[in-house]
Amino acid sequence: MTDPGAGPVQVRATVLTLRRVDAYHALTLVAPAIATRFRPGQFVTVAVGGPETSMLGRRAFVVHDVRPDHGGTVEFVFEALGPGTRWLAALRARDTLDAVGPLGRPFPVPKNPSRCLLLGVGYGSAPLFALAAKLTDRACSVDFLLGGPSADRVFGALSARRSGRSATITTADGSLGARGPVTAMLEQVIREARTEVIYASAPVPVLRDVTALATRYAIPVQASVDVPMACGIGVCMGCVLPVTGTDGITRIVRSCVDGPVFRADLVRWDDVGTIPFDALGAPGWKPKADGHLHAG
Amino acid sequence: MRARLGPLELPNPVLAAAGCAGAGRELAQFIDVARVGAIISKSIMTEPRTGNPAPRLAETPSGLLNSVGLQGPGIDAFLQRDLPWLLSHGARVVVSIAGQTVREYGALAARLSDAAGVSAVEINLSCPNAEDAGRLFALDPTTAGSVVAAVRASLRHDIPVFAKLSPDVTDIVAVAGTCVAAGADGLSLVNVVLGMAIDPATMRPALAGAYGGLSGPAIRPVAVRCVWQVAEAFPDVPIIGTGGVRTGRDALELLLAGAWMIGVGTAIMHDPSACSRVVRELEEEVAAIGADQVADVIGQAHGGHGRAARGLARQGGTAGRAASP
Repeated sequence: MTDPGAGPVQVRATVLTLRRVDAYHALTLVAPAIATRFRPGQFVTVAVGGPETSMLGRRAFVVHDVRPDHGGTVEFVFEALGPGTRWLAALRARDTLDAVGPLGRPFPVPKNPSRCLLLGVGYGSAPLFALAAKLTDRACSVDFLLGGPSADRVFGALSARRSGRSATITTADGSLGARGPVTAMLEQVIREARTEVIYASAPVPVLRDVTALATRYAIPVQASVDVPMACGIGVCMGCVLPVTGTDGITRIVRSCVDGPVFRADLVRWDDVGTIPFDALGAPGWKPKADGHLHAG
Repeated sequence: MRARLGPLELPNPVLAAAGCAGAGRELAQFIDVARVGAIISKSIMTEPRTGNPAPRLAETPSGLLNSVGLQGPGIDAFLQRDLPWLLSHGARVVVSIAGQTVREYGALAARLSDAAGVSAVEINLSCPNAEDAGRLFALDPTTAGSVVAAVRASLRHDIPVFAKLSPDVTDIVAVAGTCVAAGADGLSLVNVVLGMAIDPATMRPALAGAYGGLSGPAIRPVAVRCVWQVAEAFPDVPIIGTGGVRTGRDALELLLAGAWMIGVGTAIMHDPSACSRVVRELEEEVAAIGADQVADVIGQAHGGHGRAARGLARQGGTAGRAASP
């Protein structure tokens, strides 16, 4: 076994299975070198469209699960919304894909057994189940709060009921669980579960609301962001977010390298998609005399 | 496959293009940075810079549009952290510099004169000139030449200077001419082509900055044309051909047009090991056409009577002397 946490690799991976999961697709690749290095929360990128493709951006997907069979498999979940994901959805077993991973900062796990709430929206729930297994191994309790627009877009409700101490489901249309957004149930769930740590994987507006509520309860949040990426390895500078460092300085950081999992209280959620005036290097920003330049 | 650009001699003619190799560390996870001809750094400015708001990237047919806005750490952090890291990993480093004024380019060149291990400087002229209402330096032959002159005046003599030109001009040969006259040792052709995409779903521009730079195979014919024209006019001036190179065959095309070396850029986004793959594929392509060395194919598309071909034949003492692999 390779040490988990070793750097990413680029491999030609073979498709083992591609299956429908309600509105989504789950693609399992045979990729031992990625599987053995993987830690929950990390992602893979794949090239789409074949060798002469006109689609130059890689597609990034947070890993749902890795398994030891065939030397190591990696599965991710996606919705076929554009030409790249539609191409992926048309793959067959034994096709091969150029895959890179595992990439990015994984979910950190508590040092001591803690009561953890795992919150996911849509296929954003995918990375939470490998995390749940790791947390359970460390004697943490796991409660789930999953949501989506409709029953066919809540990923992993059954797994959550099986593996979680509790599982709360919400849908916007009320077709599964309570009607409404996950954030409507969040306060009740964290009170009942006496949550100590939240792990969230959801669209940015949801992460912003979760962070705001958790802050009122002084509950730390680790948030996995779903930001469009083109390279996944830190060279294209496309997936940037304003994040405040522990030194108090806001930087425009790459979610592929510094994330996709962030300490949620450090992300400036309201400023996502902007350059805050006080960010290091923003127009008009001046370096301080004590050498903050070198922290860039 | 050794290659030579005037005073700059490299183990092979494939360079990681500016802005596409990060600080080098990112690529080093997938390739040996010492085996690439050289790493051209992201364009370095005097101060740290946040760049533009997101979305900064949009995928277009065989291309990527970007308006990153030169996000970077500034020259102090580059010299303290990134340059030593690259050198310690055996990479040859071409430092790309970007300024908002002619003076800033000169100041950056002066800083680089004191740094050890800079193989060459590439001047990114596709930057808004703060003293000319944000017009790009690259668009005006006189302005481009004055930037090159400022850099050449401040930079140590043994560090070669390459001016990277924009294809968005009426006459790229005119811009090339003023840059060479101002002391550029070579030219990098080409930078991005300005482009724009609008998302029909939102009915808004796909990029926060509205328009941006198009790169990737979509612009390769533009690069080939620019290299051809400039090689025709200045056959003795070394050219780094950049623009949409994805394979060894693409690299060969630019060499045939008159480039002496090749930059691999956007292909890295698609394939993090693109640089080392193109090195390998180019070796095979050069061997397949029966050439002994890269120097033998440079400018060959111009034919035996073209100025570029004649000029290159004269360079037996420079490019022609480079040893084959």
